[in-house]
Amino acid sequence: MRHHNTILEVINVKKSFRKKASSELLVLDHVNFDIKEREIVAILGKSGSGKSTLLRIIAGLVKTTAGEVRFRGNKITEPVDGLTMIFQHFALLPWLTVLENVELGLEARGILKAERRDRALEAIDIVGLDGFESAYPKELSGGMSQRVGFARALVVDPEVLLMDEPFSALDVLTAENLRSDLINIWQSEKTNIKAVIIVTHNIEEAALLADRIFVFANDPGFIRKELTVDIPHPRNDQSNQFRTIVDQIYTLMTTPIGVPIAQRAMTFKTIDMYYRLPQVEISSLTGFIETLASPEYANRKVGLPDLAEELHFEIDDLFPMTEALEILRFAYVLQGDIELTEKGKLFSEADILTRKKIFSEHLMSYVPIISYIREQLDQETKHEELENTFFKELEKKLSKQSAEEVLKIVIDWGRYAEIFAYDYNTGMLSLENP
Amino acid sequence: MKNTYTKSEAISWPVPNYWDGLALILVLAVLVVMIMGTGEMAGHYQIGQAIPISLKPSALPYYALLSVTRMLIALMCSLIFTFTIGTLAAKNKQAERIIIPIIDVLQSVPILGYLSFTVIGFLALFHGSMLGPECACIFVIFTSQVWNMTLSFYQSLRTVPEDLKEATTIFRLSAWQTFWRLEVPFAMPGLLWNAMLSMSGSWVYLVASEAITVANHNITLPGIGSYIALAISHANKTAMVYAIVAMFIVIFMYDQLLFRPLVAWSEKFKAEEDASEIVSQSWVLNLFQRATFFQFIGSLFSKLGDSIINIKLLRKQYKPTSDFQNPALLKLLFVAWNIVLYGIILFSVSVLFHFIFSAVSIMQIQHVAFLGLITAMRVISMIILSSIIWIPIGVWIGLNPKASQIVQPIAQFLAAFPVNLLFPVAALLILHFNLNVNIWTSPLMILGTQWYILFNVIAGTIALPNNLKMAVQTLNVHGWLWWKKLILPGIFPYYITGVITAAGGAWNISILSEAVNWGSTHLHATGLGAYITHVTHIGDFPRIALGITIMSLYVLCINRLVWRPLYKIAESKFQIR
Repeated sequence: MRHHNTILEVINVKKSFRKKASSELLVLDHVNFDIKEREIVAILGKSGSGKSTLLRIIAGLVKTTAGEVRFRGNKITEPVDGLTMIFQHFALLPWLTVLENVELGLEARGILKAERRDRALEAIDIVGLDGFESAYPKELSGGMSQRVGFARALVVDPEVLLMDEPFSALDVLTAENLRSDLINIWQSEKTNIKAVIIVTHNIEEAALLADRIFVFANDPGFIRKELTVDIPHPRNDQSNQFRTIVDQIYTLMTTPIGVPIAQRAMTFKTIDMYYRLPQVEISSLTGFIETLASPEYANRKVGLPDLAEELHFEIDDLFPMTEALEILRFAYVLQGDIELTEKGKLFSEADILTRKKIFSEHLMSYVPIISYIREQLDQETKHEELENTFFKELEKKLSKQSAEEVLKIVIDWGRYAEIFAYDYNTGMLSLENP
Repeated sequence: MKNTYTKSEAISWPVPNYWDGLALILVLAVLVVMIMGTGEMAGHYQIGQAIPISLKPSALPYYALLSVTRMLIALMCSLIFTFTIGTLAAKNKQAERIIIPIIDVLQSVPILGYLSFTVIGFLALFHGSMLGPECACIFVIFTSQVWNMTLSFYQSLRTVPEDLKEATTIFRLSAWQTFWRLEVPFAMPGLLWNAMLSMSGSWVYLVASEAITVANHNITLPGIGSYIALAISHANKTAMVYAIVAMFIVIFMYDQLLFRPLVAWSEKFKAEEDASEIVSQSWVLNLFQRATFFQFIGSLFSKLGDSIINIKLLRKQYKPTSDFQNPALLKLLFVAWNIVLYGIILFSVSVLFHFIFSAVSIMQIQHVAFLGLITAMRVISMIILSSIIWIPIGVWIGLNPKASQIVQPIAQFLAAFPVNLLFPVAALLILHFNLNVNIWTSPLMILGTQWYILFNVIAGTIALPNNLKMAVQTLNVHGWLWWKKLILPGIFPYYITGVITAAGGAWNISILSEAVNWGSTHLHATGLGAYITHVTHIGDFPRIALGITIMSLYVLCINRLVWRPLYKIAESKFQIR
């Protein structure tokens, strides 16, 4: 690899959001990296790991709490020329035509109408949207809308292209199509783009596109591991070299921080009351256990990458599921493989009522917030308590949104297991069953 | 909620806090000061030369044109107010805390109540020129249009999607460019809808405010409203018929040339197409979009718009990277703002105290509060009565797509028609059959606003998902059970928004409907509306202030204690997602 100039530096970036009172919520801490010319970098992490916030900091949309981002040596404090962004949900203005949307960035710069039009048409040409210039975004499919997003970014002639999960709102085939087009544009050198930073939660996508992958950790977000992918484009996602990298990432992302990867011993995940429980519904959890118990997978370790592919899961579907199973000790995950525990197998064979009983026992033993709520309800003279009480308790250590999510899933699980009852109208948790 | 035929006054409001109390004190104090102040002036102003109104039908087109012009000027003022104050409230936390509660109080103040002091105030301001009553009339129409428009705009600005905001920031649009390219278009469907409904609702006030009697002086402006007033005082039936016909034509043209084209045009600004929604159509808009000549005019307008949006002066400047803000200075400003605010509040409290304990007596307050209670009973019983009538009819229409296609535009049209034109007819009937004034003037207050109930019941029934209707059908649910379990809960959110608008309108109209005239006969019912009309006539300013204050308090309290809780329930429990 030739040596290239550094185009962007991220130096010791820290970001925290102030909650009410004095508490702070740390989302990014000690983030350091350089981006060189002629490289695509992927930032890979689970949802809520702060990777999108990091991208917005680089774009100049969000201010850092500490540390700084430098573009060509200049500190970024607001959006600047040379950096532009492509959004997950396209962010096209619905009342402007394709052409007008693409012209928007030029209009802001005060470029005259005739030149605006020429440059916009050229960009539309590059992304293959000729013939749709006068269409409104609501007439376009997701794939075409994102092409407009591409054109709108290309037309301002950026050096660094920032992409925030650009393909995750598209169906599988369209996403594949757009990815290869991105690589084509990148390789054709028709544009001035020197570097691409793409945020994604799709492991294969990162391995397909990026020269370097930063695997992000959660709570607070930081770069846990940097991987170099030295495979020329176009990449074959069935090649050994490619599969090795994907396996490596899966192992990394399912191993808790602090546990050496080589460690063989089986360890379960033990959590405290304020743990951000994965958002998994009972029915999909049950369905997942049943799948693992089906003859195809039963009594063996199943590789997570294969499972994801066969079930058409992305890691944002898969990891919460495996995490929930680990927390409830229905399965354990080791080195990117998953296997049901004895209790998990028992659960899969049980009838509905027995399942509820097993689930209830596990919730009470392994999910502290559930046992806490139950204890409180037992102690209350009327055996009821407003959900808001528990919400406030959770909010002591979680953001408002996380506290809401956790409480919602806790109520969902607790009701299924018949540990407590819940009334939507009053917001009351109680022990009595209607 | 989509497709509800209602203004933005029915929205989910934030939990009341002490700012609401402050806003109430502030608004009432300002009202009292202004009314009492004009009372002082009442002897000194001079009325300009009265313009003779002709009852000839050939004069009507000219009068209609003048009235419509007043309406459009008021609308322009409302738009300017909306764009400035609405934006301020949405962008500035300090301003928002006081602006929004104030608007909430202001929309409870009876519009026709303060006509008296605005007329005298403007007369004094323009030294007896006809511009005075002209401005007063426009001001009244403005206040009847503006609040819901501002609220709608404010709400839209606060819900602009985050990623669109980020996109405009990253492409470095200036605040001015963002306002016109992102914020205004995003708010456009809601704003236009509210503007059009505001206009529909304000014909009544236009007609009423062109010819008024303040302190025994008749002040008339040339316009369709004065024509009607003159016809009434002369008890001229033919002129009355001419006026009604002329009004029909004006409203019809407004409906076809303005309302429908604009609402259909605003479809373009909606982010996504909703299959369930009936896309508004307008032949005028089609004409504009297809005819070459109109296309040419359209492109001229868009060029002009472009150059205004992209004025060089308001483009984003490269500013040196120093976001230097002096925290001490900011703190000082904050403290100063609070001192000023609380100073004003303190002053307001003392004004109100002075007013309550010296200008009017406790006996009077009790009496007026009692009159308010009677009017409140009237409003509520009329709402119940019209619900009993219109819910079954509305549901039937909603279930028949053909019928609803015919009825909806008619209901929209009727909602715009100023019902006070029909009050003399009612007066004639009451006189002829020798009926009880207290009972038989009551229906008049709901005559114009009942359509909001009908329209929303229809919309709610149409919005019920078809699979729900079918599922219930397969279970053989019929009769009362069908109403109780499916229809009534299903239309509840729509019905409530309709009722809130209808009730708000009824309070306002009570000032007209409780005191109807025909020729030399004056029929006055017992009620707060008739009281306000009476004291306005004789120019008893302390009592005008008292009447308005009590009515505002009634409207505000009923809103807070009845309608908003019901709306909250409708929103959280009965909303079909």
